[in-house]
Amino acid sequence: MYQYDRYDQQMVDARVADFRDQVRRRLDGKLTEDQFKPLRLMNGLYLQLHAYMLRVAVPYGTLSAAQMHMLGTIADKYDRGYGHFTTRQNIQYNWIRLEDAPDILSELSTVEMHAIQTSGNCIRNISADHFAGAAADEVADPRPYAELMRQWSSFHPEFSYLPRKFKIAVIASETDRAAMRLHDIGIRIHKNDAGELGAAFYVGGGMGRTPMISHLVREWVPLDRLITYAEACLRVYNRYGRRDNKYKARIKILLHEIGAEDYAAQVDAEYQHLLDQGVEPPFAELERIRTFFADPSFVQGLSDGVDQSDQAFAAWVQQNTHLHRMHGYTSATISLKPVGGIPGDATAAQIHLMADLAKEFSFDECRVTHAQNIVLPHVEQRRLYELWQRLDAAGLATANLDNIGDIIACPGLDYCSLANARAIPLAQKISQRFADNGKEAVIGELKLKISGCINACGHHHAGHIGILGVDRKGRENYQLLLGGSEGADTSLGKITGPGFDEDGVVDAIEKTTELYLAQRQEGERFLDTYRRIGMEPFKEVLYG
Amino acid sequence: MKILTGNDLKSGAVVWWDGRNWSLHVEDACDVGEDAAMIAAREDAERRVVVPYAIEATVDADGRIRPAHIKDRIRALGPTVRTDLTLRPADPEAGTWVI
Repeated sequence: MYQYDRYDQQMVDARVADFRDQVRRRLDGKLTEDQFKPLRLMNGLYLQLHAYMLRVAVPYGTLSAAQMHMLGTIADKYDRGYGHFTTRQNIQYNWIRLEDAPDILSELSTVEMHAIQTSGNCIRNISADHFAGAAADEVADPRPYAELMRQWSSFHPEFSYLPRKFKIAVIASETDRAAMRLHDIGIRIHKNDAGELGAAFYVGGGMGRTPMISHLVREWVPLDRLITYAEACLRVYNRYGRRDNKYKARIKILLHEIGAEDYAAQVDAEYQHLLDQGVEPPFAELERIRTFFADPSFVQGLSDGVDQSDQAFAAWVQQNTHLHRMHGYTSATISLKPVGGIPGDATAAQIHLMADLAKEFSFDECRVTHAQNIVLPHVEQRRLYELWQRLDAAGLATANLDNIGDIIACPGLDYCSLANARAIPLAQKISQRFADNGKEAVIGELKLKISGCINACGHHHAGHIGILGVDRKGRENYQLLLGGSEGADTSLGKITGPGFDEDGVVDAIEKTTELYLAQRQEGERFLDTYRRIGMEPFKEVLYG
Repeated sequence: MKILTGNDLKSGAVVWWDGRNWSLHVEDACDVGEDAAMIAAREDAERRVVVPYAIEATVDADGRIRPAHIKDRIRALGPTVRTDLTLRPADPEAGTWVI
C-alpha cells in the first residue's frame, strides 16, 4: 500500500489545522454559514437531513487494517456506532458534531486519511477496481496510476473550481468492475501487441439526471504521458464546460453538445501544447509509487481447491469469492447486505472485526467496493473456512454477491437532504421478500440498484433492475427501470412505465423475476433474457 | 400554519422554534405566521441555528403539530430505518404519523 511521504503528511496536517481554525471562527461568529459552507464542504462535511455528515475518502478503495480500525474508532467515539460505505468506495458518518470535526480529521491524519476531495467541484476521490492487484484477469495493478492521479489532482489549483464535480475511475482488465464507463473519465490500462502498457481514455460518462455512457477519446496514451493527457482533458472541460447551468455543467454534456470527435481533437491540440510544458511528473515518481504496490509475501506453490463439504460455506465460496492471480489464493467479498439489513452499513464492532481479519488473513489490506461491500483481496484458500466461520459468527457471511439481495441503495430520504423518497426500506423489503420465497439463488446474478432521487447515487441507471424514488404530490413513488449494466457491457436502464408505491414496486420486482424465470434460456442471466426478449413482455406482466 | 426549523450550529441536530427558544421536539413548534423571515434572520445572526427556514405544518386530531411534507416529518422523527436513533427510541408508536 502507498505510504505518505513528508509532503503528503504536511499537506494533510496543514489542512486539518486550517479547518480547525475555520470551525473556531464559525463557532465564534466570525464566519457566516455562507462563508463557512464551501470551507466545510472542502473537508467533506455536509449538513444533511438530521445532522452534519462527514464523508471520508478511501483512495481507490484501499485500506490497511490500521485505517479500517480508525474508521471503527470514529464510528464509536464520534458517531452513533456505525458507518455507511458508499457507492464511490468512501465511508460516511451521519451524526457528526461540528465542534468534533477537526478532532476527527486530526485522528484520521494519523493513519494517512482525510476527507479531501469528497465534495465540491473538484476532482473527487479516484476509484478503482476493488480486485486491483489480485484479479487474475488484470494486466497490471491499476492503483499506482490511481495514486499518481490522486497526487496530481489533490489541491490542483487549476482544477479546484471546475464547472462541476469530476469523477475518475481506473481499471486494468477487460472486465470493468468499477463502473468505469459511467465516470467523467474512465481509464483502462491495457497491453498492446508488443506487450507494452498504455492507457485508454474514456470521457463523458456519468449517471445523475442525464445518464450517459462515456466515449473512447484515445485508445493509447503512453504511461509516461498519463498526467499530461488527463490535464489536457480537464483543461478543455474547464474552458468550455457550462458554468451557467449546474444541470448542464458536467463534462458529459459538453461532449454531447460539441461531439466526442470535436472534444477529442481539442484535447489532442491541448495535449500537444502541454507536451513540452513540464506537466508530467518524472517517470521515477511513478516507479516510486509502484514500489508501494509490490506483491505481498505470497506463499509460493500452493494448490487450488477448498473442501466444500459444509453446504453453507460452499454457498459462500461459490458466491462471494473471486479468482486470484496466485494459485492457492482467492479474493473474498464480505457482503454488507444481510437479509433485511441496510446496504453498506457496518457497526463499529464489525468494522473492527473486518480490520482484524484483513490483518490476519489478507496481508493487512482490505478494499471498499462501489457496490458497498468489503473485500479481503488476498486470502489463502486453505484458510478460507476459518475466515468464513469468523465472519459467520459476526453476521457477515451472507452469500449473496451480485444476486438480488446484494442491493446498492443510496441513503435516500432517511438521511439525505436531496432525496425525494426513501431507498433503504425498499432494499430491506426486497431482500426479505426474496429470502422468504427462496428464489434468490435460483434467479442468480441480478444487480438491483436503488436511488432516492435523480442524482442517482444508488446507480439506478446501471441496475439490471433499477428503482428511482420520486416525489409524487408529496408521496413517495418509485419508477422501475430494466436493462442497465455497469460492467463491460455497460448499458442504461429504461423506465417500464408508470411508477409504483412502496409495496407495489416490491410486487412488481417479484413479477419481473417470475417472467425472467419462465423465459430464460440455458445460461442466461436476467440481463441477457431482458436483452433477448425486450421490454414489452415485462410491461405486459407489470401493467397488462 | 407555518413553523420554523433549522439545524443546531454545534451539533447539527434538527430543531424547531417554540416561540422563545429552539426545541428538539416538533410538538413544541409554534405558528410563526408572517414572522418567519424576521425570526430566521435574527436567529441566524445569533449563530445558534444554521439557515433556519419556514415550512408548512398541520395540527392533527390530538392537537399535535405535524410537518406537512414527508421530508420534514422524517427530519422531525429521525431515520425511519433506525428507530433506535430517533428521539423516542423506546416508543414503537413514535413514528406512525411519518409515512
